[in-house]
Amino acid sequence: MKEQKIKRVYVWEIPVRFYHWLNALVVATLAVTGYLIGNPFAIQSGAEAYLGYWFGTVRFIHFVAAFIFFFNFLFRVYWGFAGNKYADWKNFIPYTKKYIKECFDVLKLDILHIKGKPFISVGHNALAGLTYFLTFLAFLFQSITGFGMYSAMSDSFFPKLFAWIVPLMGGDFAVRQWHHLMMWFFIIFAIVHVYIVFYHDYVEGRGVLSSMAGGWKFIEKDKPD
Amino acid sequence: MEKSPTIYEQIKSSGYSRRDFLKFCAWMAAFMGIESSGVGNIVRAMETKHRLPVVWFHFQECTCCSESFIRSSHPIVADIILDKISLDYTETLQAAAGYQAEEALHNTMKKYKGEYLMLVEGSVPTDNDGVYCCIAGKTSLDIVKEAAEGAKAIVSWGSCASNGCIQAANPNPTGATPIHKIIKNKPIINVPGCPPIGEVMAGVIVHLLTFDRIPQLDGLGRPKAFYSRRIHDTCYRRPNYDAGLFVESFDDESAREGYCLYKMGCKGPVTYNACSVTKWNNGVSYPIKSGHPCIGCSEENFWDNGPFYQHLSSFPGFGIETTADDIGLAVGAATVAGMAAHAVRANIKKRKLINADIEESKNEGGE
Ligand code: HEM
Ligand code: HEM
Ligand code: SF4
Ligand code: SF4
Repeated sequence: MKEQKIKRVYVWEIPVRFYHWLNALVVATLAVTGYLIGNPFAIQSGAEAYLGYWFGTVRFIHFVAAFIFFFNFLFRVYWGFAGNKYADWKNFIPYTKKYIKECFDVLKLDILHIKGKPFISVGHNALAGLTYFLTFLAFLFQSITGFGMYSAMSDSFFPKLFAWIVPLMGGDFAVRQWHHLMMWFFIIFAIVHVYIVFYHDYVEGRGVLSSMAGGWKFIEKDKPD
Repeated sequence: MEKSPTIYEQIKSSGYSRRDFLKFCAWMAAFMGIESSGVGNIVRAMETKHRLPVVWFHFQECTCCSESFIRSSHPIVADIILDKISLDYTETLQAAAGYQAEEALHNTMKKYKGEYLMLVEGSVPTDNDGVYCCIAGKTSLDIVKEAAEGAKAIVSWGSCASNGCIQAANPNPTGATPIHKIIKNKPIINVPGCPPIGEVMAGVIVHLLTFDRIPQLDGLGRPKAFYSRRIHDTCYRRPNYDAGLFVESFDDESAREGYCLYKMGCKGPVTYNACSVTKWNNGVSYPIKSGHPCIGCSEENFWDNGPFYQHLSSFPGFGIETTADDIGLAVGAATVAGMAAHAVRANIKKRKLINADIEESKNEGGE
């Protein structure tokens, strides 16, 4: 029997995995409830208002999920400084030539299929890292606009910290409009993201898909991790 | 300088009784949200303060603010505060015209430099050096700058002066500009609305008269007493909103039930104004109470945030009914199609690679 050529690497520590799945859950919740807030269905029953509160409940869920979403995100930013090298903030920001070159390599290899030779990046590849960085910016945008709108409905100090966005964008209407449009960024990101993960798992067979569950990825033994 | 009578003296000489006067003060205090112990302050101020010189300019506007103001439910407002006491210059109401009017304006500006109150109705065109609005041979741009020099404070009446209103709507052919974007070095109070409610306007004036300082303003320069709440926050249809009971067309059963107008494009949740508290026409009604959604007339860009009867606005360049959801859905569909194409291509291009891996694995695992 030939010797095994594969070794395994512990990439995603528990905090990253916990963050990821909590985030996926609340983002899905926010998108569904957000969509309903923008497009509620009407009950044509001749009912009295005191009999129901479903729309209020949908909004309540949106706001609870929003708080979880925001602090979970802050936690991930913290972990970008405290976690292992795969979780490090440097994976997300294209500040070196090498990083940018890898982005183009991945683009040619996996998206355009014009480069044949595969190569390894153990954590996020550069293009993925950059995409997540953009996603983090979208998280920030959605949080600022969301809490900015929320500041009108709350006496708490926390949402008031974001109230400046309203005059900056010209009014609540514009804020709501952009907040709504940004929902589609999340939906499209999630679709592409899940597809790409399946794609990598299928083409490379390194266990990318399950890495966010168990934390492990697999690479050739002669490659550095 | 001649000694002018106090405001109260003026009111008295116009035939109002002490009782009328006190009622007016209490009524004003209520609108301004001042507690009842503060009524005395208003009374005292009116009794001791002399006329506050006021100039009221009219630029690109329809005069709906003036109309709203003179219809303010209390006669003392129109009769006394502006007409008899203070108004030194206002194109639409003054008897003087031409040279006399100009003279009155310049006398006030010279004599009360640094003291007079400048009220502006209408936006100021700035394109082509402002030629689109000229009065007495001068552009409104020059007039505003000149008058603002000596003004104590500026009040921008209505959506025109505080955010441009319809003249500034896309494509804004004259470069219509609100006052606060032209004048930077004076306190400016924005009183948006198309028009603002008469009682709100009176409240702002009385506040300035009484307390000698500008009222507390929010981030957009609006007096907090009147603009800190959304229409939606005190709308009497709000319970229907929370219960998810919505009108879907103006003639459906839900409309007769008086359900919430959210799905008819109601801008109440994004509009700061006093309509649902103070109401209009002596507190008779406000649009939502009359069955019509709020169109957000006191918010910036409300003409461009349309269509009025749609929750989301259309996107410029995408057709009149195209919303964020239409765009999102189209981009989403294109993405899914792109992914399908990518998946097919990947299977063709990477087939060899994957097969080789599978072979290798068989060799390793088998035998
Ligand atoms: C991935 C994250 C999020 C998504 C996809 C999302 C989506 C949406 C959508 C589609 C709407 C409906 C807008 C409309 O009326 O047309 C909405 C409303 C809103 N969202 Fe979010 N949202 C997210 C995060 C947040 C966060 C972090 C906050 C912070 C508090 C927030 C607060 C709000 C508020 C206050 C509203 C307005 C609700 C109302 O009109 O009563 N959202 N959201
Ligand atoms: C069933 C759905 C999902 C699966 C299977 C999945 C799987 C994964 C996997 C395997 C990774 C690691 C990829 C790599 O090595 O580069 C990852 C990373 C990531 N995913 Fe997902 N994901 C899902 C849903 C989502 C959703 C809904 C979001 C948020 C909108 C999301 C946001 C992210 C982010 C931000 C990262 C980077 C993680 C980090 O370093 O903090 N994922 N996901
Ligand atoms: S009618 Fe308009 S302002 Fe009133 S509750 Fe409904 S959405 Fe809010
Ligand atoms: S209800 Fe809305 S549109 Fe109507 S007057 Fe008030 S702010 Fe303007």
